[in-house]
Amino acid sequence: MNYHWNWQIFLAASPEGGTYLAGFAWGLLWTVATSLAAWIMALALGSLVGVLRTLPGHGWRRLGDAYVEIFRNIPLIVQMFLWYFVLPELVPQALGDWLKQLPDAAFYNAVIALGFFTSARIAEQVRAGIQSIPRGQSQAAVALGLTRAQTYRYVLLPMAYRIIIPPLTSEFMNTVKNSAVGLTIGLMELTGVARAMQEFSFQVFEAFTAATAAYLLITLSIVFAMRALERRLAIPGFIQRTGGT
Amino acid sequence: MFSDFDFDVIARSLPYLFKEGMVFTLSITAAAMGAGIVLGTLLALARLSAPRPLAVAAAAYVNFIRSLPLVLVIFWFYFLVPWIGQWLTGAERPLLVGPYLSSFITFSLFEAAFYCEIMRAGIQSIPRGQIAAGYALGLSHRQTMINVVLPQAFRNMLPVLLTQSIVLFQDTSLVYVLSISDFLGAAAKVAQRDGRLVEMYVFAAAVYFIISYGASLGVKRLQARLAVPR
Repeated sequence: MNYHWNWQIFLAASPEGGTYLAGFAWGLLWTVATSLAAWIMALALGSLVGVLRTLPGHGWRRLGDAYVEIFRNIPLIVQMFLWYFVLPELVPQALGDWLKQLPDAAFYNAVIALGFFTSARIAEQVRAGIQSIPRGQSQAAVALGLTRAQTYRYVLLPMAYRIIIPPLTSEFMNTVKNSAVGLTIGLMELTGVARAMQEFSFQVFEAFTAATAAYLLITLSIVFAMRALERRLAIPGFIQRTGGT
Repeated sequence: MFSDFDFDVIARSLPYLFKEGMVFTLSITAAAMGAGIVLGTLLALARLSAPRPLAVAAAAYVNFIRSLPLVLVIFWFYFLVPWIGQWLTGAERPLLVGPYLSSFITFSLFEAAFYCEIMRAGIQSIPRGQIAAGYALGLSHRQTMINVVLPQAFRNMLPVLLTQSIVLFQDTSLVYVLSISDFLGAAAKVAQRDGRLVEMYVFAAAVYFIISYGASLGVKRLQARLAVPR
């Protein structure tokens, strides 16, 4: 028995209306939207927690450590279930009902879960980036009369971000890949679309080939974009990094 | 908020959760870790010192796998393995491969790509002089690799390999998409049967956290002990 390839299937109508190809375009859009939104959230939160972990004093550091350990040691799929299924039950009833009836609830929950999950990893990298800056830099800032907030804003963070661009690039690609976990709470991103097409049309391999091609396309675009960014932002005097990830 | 938290449903389902679910989760973690490290080391050796076509093929495999989401790869193998089995055995129709066997194969092959990168870094961190010394002693390339380079690379990379295995342990929860009763799958089944989503998912999260966090503390201690004074 041989597999019957049928690439025309993408032009056939899908049960959701429109062609399967249109379905994939939407899936690509949801994947990009989820990853970008989660990424922005993760970058903001991760920077905050990463900075906390470099502050003097044990209180802040412990708080930052606890944050990172919690979001790093629970599988992403479980975190998505917690946000999607558990949170609405724990808040006051009216709020819970509102959460459940939200249009595109799967999208919001996927973004929040993925955002928190990724922020713990980014916090690690931001901390490592800040700690890799020679101590003299922050001492010089203090000597110039900058406050601690100004030291971070004008001296440490601009350096740290540029140093950690390569690991941030791979973390961004991980975010895109991890957004596929959203299908478990009903987000129709690329893998979810491929899975649905496989169930309705039985054209398994066409469906997954299309999703694979789309992911490779996203990965390649990120690699090229980040390489360009890296070249633009390279710190003069530092060992030039070559290659992407 | 937690006033009607039903601890009883957790207590009642403990045997099912651990004897079926956790046993499966741990065995797939162990199997994929073993197979993944062996395959990954072979891939790393291929990338570093095999004839060019083989090295290129190994690099292509590793980069390809690493740019795909695990969920997608789980689906790929679930549907692909029966056809590959048919092709290998020359059978009439696609072999019947259950979700269990297919997820074992998936995780071994998927994780191999990640272990490969770790082992490659480990092998590259060994000073060239070690290889030269091996040759000077009259060892062949193969003997130098097996007796000199790999043991050191493995020792240096042990903490990283173990950390990757903790990630693997967490990733096995994604077999949920094939409706397998791993730990999370078992918890989800009880949750849906008894309508106790809150209890079961919170409990599952706590168990995953305790195991992963405990293991990562262990790795940290091991790292401190293994550190070679240089």
